[in-house]
Amino acid sequence: MTTPSNAFVFQLRDVALSLKGNAGAVDILQGISLDVQEGETLALTGPSGSGKSSLLMVMGGLEQATGGTVTALDHDLTALSEDALARFRQGRMGIVFQSFHLIPTMTALENVATPLELAGARDAFVTAEAALIDVGLGHRLTHYPAQLSGGEQQRVALARACAPRPAILLADEPTGNLDSTNGAAIMDLLFDLRDQHGATLVLVTHDPTLAARCDRTIALADGRIA
Amino acid sequence: MSLAHASRLARREMRGGLRGFRLFLACLALGVAAIAAVGSVRAAIDAGLKREGAALLGGDAELEFTYRFASEEEKRWMLTRAQNVSEIAEFRSLATVGDDRALTQVKAVDDTYPLIGTMELSPDIPLAAALAGENGKPGAVMERALADRLGLSVGDSFTLGTQPFHLSALILREPDSAASGFSLGPRTLLRRTALENSGLLSPGTLFDSKYRLKLSPDTNLDELKSTARAEFEDSGMRWTDARNGAPGVARFVERLSAFLILVGLSGLAVGGVGVSAAVRAYLSGKTETIATLRALGATRATIFLTYFIQIGTLSVLGVLLGITLGAIAPLILAPLIQARLPIPTSFALYPAPLAEAALYGILTAMTFTLWPLARSEDVRAATLFRDAWAGARRLPSWPYLVVTMVLVATLVGMAGWFNGSWWLTLWTLGGIAGALTLLGLTALAIRFMARRATRFARGRPRIRWALAAIGGPGEGAGAVVLSLGLGLSVLAAVGQIDGNLRRAITGNLPDIAPSYFFVDIQKDQIEGYTKRLDDDPAVSRIDSAPMLRGVVTQINGRPAREVAGDHWVVRGDRGITYAAAPGARTRITAGEFWPADYDGPPQISFAAEEAEEMGLSLGDTVTVNILGRAITGTITSFREVEFSGAALGFVLTLNPAALAGAPHSYISTVYAEEGAEAAILRDIAQTYPNITAIRVRDAIDRVAGVLSGLAAAVSYGALATLLTGFLVLIGAAAAGTQARTFEAAMLKTLGASRRMIAASFVLRAAFLGLFAGGVAIIAGIAAGWAVSTQVMETDFAVIWPSALLIVVGGVAATVLASLGFALHALNARPASVLRARE
Repeated sequence: MTTPSNAFVFQLRDVALSLKGNAGAVDILQGISLDVQEGETLALTGPSGSGKSSLLMVMGGLEQATGGTVTALDHDLTALSEDALARFRQGRMGIVFQSFHLIPTMTALENVATPLELAGARDAFVTAEAALIDVGLGHRLTHYPAQLSGGEQQRVALARACAPRPAILLADEPTGNLDSTNGAAIMDLLFDLRDQHGATLVLVTHDPTLAARCDRTIALADGRIA
Repeated sequence: MSLAHASRLARREMRGGLRGFRLFLACLALGVAAIAAVGSVRAAIDAGLKREGAALLGGDAELEFTYRFASEEEKRWMLTRAQNVSEIAEFRSLATVGDDRALTQVKAVDDTYPLIGTMELSPDIPLAAALAGENGKPGAVMERALADRLGLSVGDSFTLGTQPFHLSALILREPDSAASGFSLGPRTLLRRTALENSGLLSPGTLFDSKYRLKLSPDTNLDELKSTARAEFEDSGMRWTDARNGAPGVARFVERLSAFLILVGLSGLAVGGVGVSAAVRAYLSGKTETIATLRALGATRATIFLTYFIQIGTLSVLGVLLGITLGAIAPLILAPLIQARLPIPTSFALYPAPLAEAALYGILTAMTFTLWPLARSEDVRAATLFRDAWAGARRLPSWPYLVVTMVLVATLVGMAGWFNGSWWLTLWTLGGIAGALTLLGLTALAIRFMARRATRFARGRPRIRWALAAIGGPGEGAGAVVLSLGLGLSVLAAVGQIDGNLRRAITGNLPDIAPSYFFVDIQKDQIEGYTKRLDDDPAVSRIDSAPMLRGVVTQINGRPAREVAGDHWVVRGDRGITYAAAPGARTRITAGEFWPADYDGPPQISFAAEEAEEMGLSLGDTVTVNILGRAITGTITSFREVEFSGAALGFVLTLNPAALAGAPHSYISTVYAEEGAEAAILRDIAQTYPNITAIRVRDAIDRVAGVLSGLAAAVSYGALATLLTGFLVLIGAAAAGTQARTFEAAMLKTLGASRRMIAASFVLRAAFLGLFAGGVAIIAGIAAGWAVSTQVMETDFAVIWPSALLIVVGGVAATVLASLGFALHALNARPASVLRARE
């Protein structure tokens, strides 16, 4: 566990998210207010459908809040356009998903190099290769996602998220699709990488043991902080 | 597991509807519809020609002679067998008004014309009244095009030879016009008796005489034809009867439609690529179901049968849709088609062409779906836990390969049998197979190169993403290159063939072609004619030769057709000349030309290339029938003859004594500066009104006009192929939408802007279009070269504007199709896309 600084990386005020479905609008998040300090590790927990993944998406700017404000690294994400949000994420934010979400047409190395290129890194591929070696995949550089096991794919995803050394790491149930051994290894890696770079980590998880490894845990229920 | 079981499984699977199969059905239906429509139109024309055979021919039967009228004996033969006989003479002449002249195809008729059908005139007066004349001038009617060209109105006068005529009416419809085939000038029709004092139709003039017979309905045409042939064929008589009243048109329609059906087959092949892609996509989506069925105990055979039944049912549905469309479209368009064709048609539902199209459709569908279907067998239960196709074989097992080969052979066999030209069928289908192979290899090469090139695109994310998408697994690069490439290849081939044909006819005209052909120059006119032109400094060259026409009837005492088959030299009558010495440009390739004063038994100098094709050697005897007289000569030399470039060329040259006394005229070509052409025509026509001038440029324009009509018909066929290609392309783009949407969402998550992502999509499409267009150019040029040099025996040069247009079209089509589907991908919110995949 690390000691967080006092600067806020995230400031959420009265955040709401409602999505239109076939049966009408569904309120996913309701009145979420939350501060996350720089360097802090925060676990979001709660039952399925409680809104924890949606909250993470809103914090990452992948979903636009329908109410309230989301400030990340002093940027009001609710005021940014889609492209401005994409530019904001460049080099600042790494995201790891439960289903890995590697680009199937790119090799492991290309997947990891992509955010580095977008962030304008000159040595994107050298850095990407080093990142893959760090996660134990130096021998899988030219493999496509379909040629990798689930555990290996998630390690590539981790390398991709961490390679640009972002200030923020968001992880959405990163072990949800993995067996316990692979899951534990991935979590060790995630925390090691975070420790190396000192990033702020927001982690969505069902697992109380994992949540316990974080500085703070926030539980959600029915779209609200419980 | 039984067929019944597989059927039950198939039925359950198909309850989901046809949603994923719209492309499959469209591809198959469009290809089948194009072939069915062409076949139906051909059947309608055939039926029309059969129904109106007698009217088209102008009688129940026709006997045609070249250069002469029928002898008294021949006329007697006709009169004893027919209820009525009509005599017609056809020749070319110059219609003159003041100093203005225009080439016309004159038809000189008797009182009984037309034996069958009616002539429609404007104003609506009877033909007899129109031809009776006014103010002491005989009457004539002509086509509006000729009257307009000469600035004539009804009631005006014009001259043919030295005879003035009164223009009584314009021809609206000539019942037997289609039987005359292609002509270099518009029609003028008059009474033959009016030509007595015209100086035209004198001995040696180039004309055809036709005798139309009205027969009693119980006449046995076959028997009569055999009798006529036995009695008169050696005298140069040609027979036509109402069963095939316009043989030239029928042959033309048959050949054009055979070619269009082959173009249609290439469209079906393009559709086949789409069908294959659709089945592949469908089965990919069914991987989990198949793996589950395998886990539940389904055998490989059951799985194959289950999906074969589904795809088979859909194929039948697509084919039914296609033949319905192909049968209905010509019926709906019948008034339009009829208005554009100068021949009768009889539009109806014709089962034969529909059955032909259906068979092509079923065979194509089976050929293109068998391989993807065979792969369904490779899905194992373990697939549920692993990537679907990882490690799967690229080729299916050998029984499927054998069946595929049998299907392709059946398709080729059927196409050859249906359209009658094995040679053309094998060339076309071989070309399609070659193009498909080339495109398939190109798709593989593109993917390989794209994978390699990503290394060099580091630091240029847009290009790298585009290359990664092309080279990476799962992307439809193959389908795009195959479908678009094949469509563009057909279009490129048509463009190259058409362009080279036009170039062969019109290109380099001033260098090689004469300005005028002058025909019907009488013996006593040749000296004065030559002097006028020799004295003209604008004339660079004059070639004149005596011109007779004759039929090659025997070779070495045997019927010529038995020896030379269907070679063009023994088909109909040919130009024959005589000469005391070889011309200045003549090259003797074998034997010796006779001495200038030779007057022994007839000797022949034969065109070398044609002699070789016909299997002739020095010393062989050839019998030609000239004006009813059989002359047998011995081949004593072979000559090189150039038939291209519109120069004078004769297959047979005889020694002068052999043709002594035969009435004939001279034919002459004049090479002059373009500016002097009008003055030459005016002087020659004024001094010798009987001489007919054919301006080579006008003749070439007329031929080019016919060709452009042909090219248009073929282009429509090629466009149908391209349309299918575009459909497949849209299908491929649509199939990739999900992947692109995810890619866009993921790239946005990693920090890419929409503009960057859109640029990479455009680049990806442009690369594929560029390669598809590039291969199309190679395939098109190869096909164009093959057809130009091997079929039409003309020179070949790449028509670059047409070729480059193909590449631009290819790029534009792929970019448009890709962007159309990319908009959704670009606008989708990352969270919703990613959530859907969790």
